[in-house]
Amino acid sequence: MNKNLQILANKIRYKLVEISHLAQSSHLGGALSCVDILTVAYWNTLNISKENIHDINRDRFIMSKGHAISALYVTLAYKGILSIDELKNYNKIGGNLPEQPSPNCVSGVEWATGSLGHGLSVGVGMAIAGKNKNNFNVLVLLSDGECQEGSVWEAAMFAPKHKLNNLMVIIDYNKWQATGRSNSTMQMEPLSEKWKSFGWETFEVNGHSFNELEASMFFNKKSDKPKAIIANTIKGKGISFMEDDNNWHYRSPSKEELYIAKKELGLE
Amino acid sequence: MRNAFAEKITSLAEKNNNVVLIMADIGNHLFDKFKEKYPNRFFNSGISEAHMISMAAGLSSCGYLPICYTITPFATTRCLEQIKVDICYHNMNMILVGTGSGFSYASLGATHHSFEDIAILKVLPNMKILCPGDSIEVKASLEMMIANPSIYYLRIGKKNEPIINNKVPKIETGKFNIIEKGNEVALLSFGNILPLSEKIYQNLTKDNISTELVSCISVKPLDEKYLKEAFKKFKVIISIEEHSLIGGAGSSISDFIIDNNYMHNKHIKSSFHRFGIKDEFLHISCDQNFARKHFKLDVDHITSIIKNKLNVNRD
Repeated sequence: MNKNLQILANKIRYKLVEISHLAQSSHLGGALSCVDILTVAYWNTLNISKENIHDINRDRFIMSKGHAISALYVTLAYKGILSIDELKNYNKIGGNLPEQPSPNCVSGVEWATGSLGHGLSVGVGMAIAGKNKNNFNVLVLLSDGECQEGSVWEAAMFAPKHKLNNLMVIIDYNKWQATGRSNSTMQMEPLSEKWKSFGWETFEVNGHSFNELEASMFFNKKSDKPKAIIANTIKGKGISFMEDDNNWHYRSPSKEELYIAKKELGLE
Repeated sequence: MRNAFAEKITSLAEKNNNVVLIMADIGNHLFDKFKEKYPNRFFNSGISEAHMISMAAGLSSCGYLPICYTITPFATTRCLEQIKVDICYHNMNMILVGTGSGFSYASLGATHHSFEDIAILKVLPNMKILCPGDSIEVKASLEMMIANPSIYYLRIGKKNEPIINNKVPKIETGKFNIIEKGNEVALLSFGNILPLSEKIYQNLTKDNISTELVSCISVKPLDEKYLKEAFKKFKVIISIEEHSLIGGAGSSISDFIIDNNYMHNKHIKSSFHRFGIKDEFLHISCDQNFARKHFKLDVDHITSIIKNKLNVNRD
């Protein structure tokens, strides 16, 4: 299973690099850091498929770090919800896949999250509906820099009080934000302890280990707490010259770099 | 107005299972009955207005009709981006209720005054703005909004305001409520200042000036059909609001005048004058009446200005 997920994640990574090259778009590093999380979410954790994408009881995934939406577009394409061919519209003028998402731009994008710090509260509202009215789970992916938004902590205080055990937060903790290290900008640490002390069932995992992600990314209905997973990740993960280099928050790859990436991902 | 709101929403929620009431730690015991009857549809978001709005958007996306309630500055400008992005951009049905609008909480200082909320919210696409003038209009507005889900901002006052309407008006977006009909002067009253406008109406009527008293509930959209007729008919039209003159309801009428090229239309006989709050914070301890007087939102002052204008127009 893990081997298959790894192959899938490599394909998603290459497609991401390719569309970033074609569109000359930014935010590739933060998209690459969450690919393994998305792979486990869509092929393991969530009840989301081409068949149920409009069903009221589908699980909800909110890509709260909207600047990395390209990673979700590609994931949805490999999941069959978009066509792979449609990805060529990414960041194209007049296209349906904007660089940051717009509401209902394509099926499977639940929310327009270009402004950080909104996704968790929206997810809380959905999770209440998922418990009181319908029957579904909600997964919200945040960036570490996003946790500097005060509204994240408003929602973080609310969800445990209302025992939203159908709500999971994953923090893509790649240790970077636009202009520097997240921990040099704000006192992020101890991040796990913060979530734990707010009343969340908290795990800290290697965000590139399928074993660790699979072991933690499930909805525990025996618990009466929402779940927070701090996933330690590497910005630019998978492409050697992009890893942990924050220039890839802005840069897009050249044709030569695209070729090297393909080779490194074993997809030649 | 707020008691009328609490009473009406409690009865409307009985007929509509999708109504969810969210308040941000305000209204001590005001919603006890609602809480008791619908415990799964009542939430105190805590002192977390940004969270309240985004959570409401999430609920709305799943078919609920959320109603968010708190003191006007905290319901509007405090969480403006959440209203813009999660409600208006996503076009999520919800009713945003600002209570204690204008100078209703004058004694609490400018942190609790709201004179900018209409100006700021009216620029948001998909947003409709209703400003009822008494508790009868509050209840009728709520009934209309629940029956016609959309995005509404309901701007209300505090409690124990006098009731001006003697019958329940039909509320529609884009429609004003004509309370008294007249021919010479039109008093366009926006929201919670209706009792003061009614006193001006009484003064003018006593002096045999035929005056129309209008509660302009629908601020966005305006009642353009009414305005088009009014500018052909009245000698003097005035707008009165407990809101800044910059960007307020009167300013929307100014836009209407310009957009319809009334400055150069020989059929337009009306002169138009706006009364509202000028560009200034209040720093002193005061109550609502004091604050209104400070900004010349005063029955005698406005009455005399109208009479002057009428005389000028008669000459």
